[in-house]
Amino acid sequence: MSEWRFHPLALLRAAVRAIDPLLLLTLAGLLGYSYVLMMSASPERLDNLRMHFAVALSAMWLVAMVPPRRLLSFALPLYLAGVLLLIGVVTAGEVSKGARRWLNLGFIRIQPSELMKIAVPLTLAWYFQLREDAIRMREFAVAGVLLALPLGLIVVQPDLGTSVLVAAAGVYVMFFAGFSWKLIVPVALAGLLGVGAIVGFGDHLCQPGFDWQVLHEYQKQRVCTLLDPTQDPLGKGFHIIQSTIAIGSGGLYGKGWMDGTQTHLSFIPERHTDFIFSVLAEEFGLVGALVLIAGYIVLLLRGFVIAARAPTLGGRLLAGAVTMIIFTYAFVNMGMVSGILPVVGVPLPFISYGGTALVTLCVGVGMLMSIERSRVAAKE
Amino acid sequence: MEIPLSRAYEPLRRFFAEFPYETNPGAIITCIHETSGIGKPVHAREFRRPDERISALRRRVVVAALFVLLCFGVLGARFYYLQVARYDYFHARAEGNRIAVLPVVPNRGTIYDRKGVLLARNYSSFTLEINPSRVDNLEATIDALAQVIKVDERDRKRFRRLLQDSKYFESVPLRTHLSDTEVARVVARGFRFPGVEVRARLFRDYPMGESAAHVVGYIGRINERDLQRIDEREETAKYRGTEYIGKSGLELSYESRLHGTTGIEQVEINAGGRAVRLMSRVPATPGYDLELSLDIGLQKAAEAALGERRGAVVAIEPETGGVLALASTPAFDPNLFVDGISVADWRALSDSPDHPLLNRAIYSTYPPGSTFKPFMALAGLESGKRDLTQQFGNQGVFTIFGLRFLDRKSRCQSQVDLHRSLVYSCNTYYYQLAHDLGIDTIARFMEPFGFGRRTGIDVPGEAGGVLPSPQWKRERFSRKEHQQWFGGETLSVGIGQGYNAYTPLQMANALATVLNGGAVFRPHVVKHVVNTQSGAREVIEPQPVARIPVREAHLKAVRQAMVDVAKIGTAARVFADARYEAGGKTGTAQVYSLRGQRYVEGQVTERLRDHSWFIGFAPAHDPKIAIAVVVENGGFGSQSAAPVARLVMDYYLLGKPIKGAATEGDEAAAAELEQ
Repeated sequence: MSEWRFHPLALLRAAVRAIDPLLLLTLAGLLGYSYVLMMSASPERLDNLRMHFAVALSAMWLVAMVPPRRLLSFALPLYLAGVLLLIGVVTAGEVSKGARRWLNLGFIRIQPSELMKIAVPLTLAWYFQLREDAIRMREFAVAGVLLALPLGLIVVQPDLGTSVLVAAAGVYVMFFAGFSWKLIVPVALAGLLGVGAIVGFGDHLCQPGFDWQVLHEYQKQRVCTLLDPTQDPLGKGFHIIQSTIAIGSGGLYGKGWMDGTQTHLSFIPERHTDFIFSVLAEEFGLVGALVLIAGYIVLLLRGFVIAARAPTLGGRLLAGAVTMIIFTYAFVNMGMVSGILPVVGVPLPFISYGGTALVTLCVGVGMLMSIERSRVAAKE
Repeated sequence: MEIPLSRAYEPLRRFFAEFPYETNPGAIITCIHETSGIGKPVHAREFRRPDERISALRRRVVVAALFVLLCFGVLGARFYYLQVARYDYFHARAEGNRIAVLPVVPNRGTIYDRKGVLLARNYSSFTLEINPSRVDNLEATIDALAQVIKVDERDRKRFRRLLQDSKYFESVPLRTHLSDTEVARVVARGFRFPGVEVRARLFRDYPMGESAAHVVGYIGRINERDLQRIDEREETAKYRGTEYIGKSGLELSYESRLHGTTGIEQVEINAGGRAVRLMSRVPATPGYDLELSLDIGLQKAAEAALGERRGAVVAIEPETGGVLALASTPAFDPNLFVDGISVADWRALSDSPDHPLLNRAIYSTYPPGSTFKPFMALAGLESGKRDLTQQFGNQGVFTIFGLRFLDRKSRCQSQVDLHRSLVYSCNTYYYQLAHDLGIDTIARFMEPFGFGRRTGIDVPGEAGGVLPSPQWKRERFSRKEHQQWFGGETLSVGIGQGYNAYTPLQMANALATVLNGGAVFRPHVVKHVVNTQSGAREVIEPQPVARIPVREAHLKAVRQAMVDVAKIGTAARVFADARYEAGGKTGTAQVYSLRGQRYVEGQVTERLRDHSWFIGFAPAHDPKIAIAVVVENGGFGSQSAAPVARLVMDYYLLGKPIKGAATEGDEAAAAELEQ
């Protein structure tokens, strides 16, 4: 291969070209917002936060430089490793907070369900690309099985937040792959009816002794606390009551940075992680909340554009699913903090403190960049 | 500048191959036409896009985008509702007159001994606290306060330390234990100091000081690690408002029962953050009290008998498995820890070569020396390798593997039976016995007695020790050449040396099992957990956890031999004038091997002197107390440990007060008896 020549700066050039400026800019804005909020909510964690940023952005950059074709080729190995680790968690995991989520490998403690948030959409996208010419019911059935296996293992841990995200990731890929509307509409209706029933008959269902069969006691607690937060004012209901007060008392323009009384008088629990949005809404008001939502919308629309224009089916499905997963994080978190969804332990994307989730999300953004880059490369 | 593609870059180039960093522009196209991820050719299908499929997907993308916008719209509406429509309501709740849900911290349970003497109690006292979030210049405020009441350098130092450890925006105490006049002075000038308040708080106090410090333990301020643990146990609600948590000893192991249940108070609060009116109140349920089986008088007697020396005494009531005394010297004052120990105090404790923080009674392990022999004798009898009449004439020499083991004691150089071997502690008898039994039989027999295994006592921080066996050695050592078991090692196990390592607690509990006819208790310091409101008492571990099948005749023979140890044997001098009949066994744990040289004490530095052991019981025919004593570097068993045991038994059975540390016996006399 003597005709191949190599430019020493080529790798660097590839690195620069891999970046999508709009995505990077939006991301930088969100991370900056996170930093500003953390200065108020939990200043002792700023050093760690900067480290998380560095690691997550590097991961994003690296993924962005890998062509989607190559990313998809990692799907199956990642998926199989993830399922094996999940089986390990179920049989030999460490129990924390009444759930078995962590696996201690001796030198490192890992939470394999986090890996599945990436591995599941990747695998389904890879599978549909493989069967591109003949996607029929059988293919959706196989995809359903591919999704159900890790999902089942995460549900039994139990980890409601991650289950929701992994399930959503799989469903999104299937949706973009063309899953029939005739099947989507009834399922969505049934879901709505179920939620309606729980809200309607909440008083009866939340009686102490009433066994819900499918959900764990702590999940039942969370749903019931959502319906009537006053039931448990010092414990679980405390989160919702106090975060709602924080948001509401922020008003239109907020109380000002570092001046949130709810935040600083320690009324808000987990104010640096899952409940950081209430800090934002208290100190920056409705305006601050809408700025955040605007940031998400820019990011997500860019994701959708990338999905619509991607040159391969796998790229389209992956981009669409990643975008929707980021959306799900944001919606579920803000919904739970403002009291319209149950508390399920999902962080606010790019804003909450937490290295693992940030890396996962930034890897997702890196995938979007990689897919966009592959389109440009195909054109050239 | 161009250089030929180096081999090192080849894998990298392939990995990122889709991008046009190659100088050969044709390569891009080749890459896209390459294989798909699973090795199947793609046939360049991307250049024949099936338009209808793409537009279907694009429609779905548009649907998804609309869905996203709709959901964000719902959120926006919710925020508008909370932040604009109902702003006044929430603003009022957060800022103005609002109802605060305040935790009512329960009183922590107290701890008292079997006779009702308080070992850990609460008392109320006023503290001067500063809420740093409401004070602009902390130093200036403190200086101003120092004009009003006494604030010394120690208070300032502690304040700064607590400030660092504290959760943000909670009050931090500057001065504790204010006198009434000081309270009045501060309160009268309160308006000058926003963010400064005087509060009545409950404090924990350990009136016994160093006595039983390792057992009772101490509480301390909740730190980041404790918070994590509370969070993991989902007890956040229970600990809301609580500042202290058990850190060691019973305060730690019984934390959940001592703490109690937090109550809830709803109060109306004005803009200044002061409670104006009480709306409703669910009172706190105080924590449960602990009534110990421990006798603090006996505990103090044991500590006094040990004196300045390093050592441990464990006394157990054989009938119940209740721990009567669990002494470890030197000790520390738990009161130092409650509000955060000062750096100087901490240094003094942690740097001391005597390790006062170490609970020697349950964490230090020592080879048991000859105190292991009663159990070896029992193993011989139970296995049928020995009977009570068998005699061995070994002339004080035991030869095996071409090695000669000598026993210089004249009393061991004639015909020795099992009884005589215990009374005079004849090593050669036990070399032969250990050889006849074999290491596997020994380990199998000893294991149920609790040797080399945590007893499960309710004081945290127990060590397991080592019951040596070939299997243990294989697991303990990683290198093949270290894993092999040697016959000679069996012999040293037989006389309680070698790899054997047990805690004083294990020795006392194993002895109690022998006295109980084989019933094994899980030793416990707490006798009852008392619900102070209902008066209900939960009894801790009243039943034996296991029963070892041993023949009563064999137990009796061993017990009788131990009684004769105190009458005519190695401990006879120590128990010469006792007004009760006692039984026991002395032991000497080698600190390091002298390799056949004669043990001459003067030649060994103090720290390398042997550890002195004694296990014993009294009264002989209805034992009320089983005891194990270790005196580190105390020399022979009859020299240091046995006199300590004698004093402790005198106190327990006769009520004889202890005037000072037990006097060490004459070394030469002890050497003649035991060596």
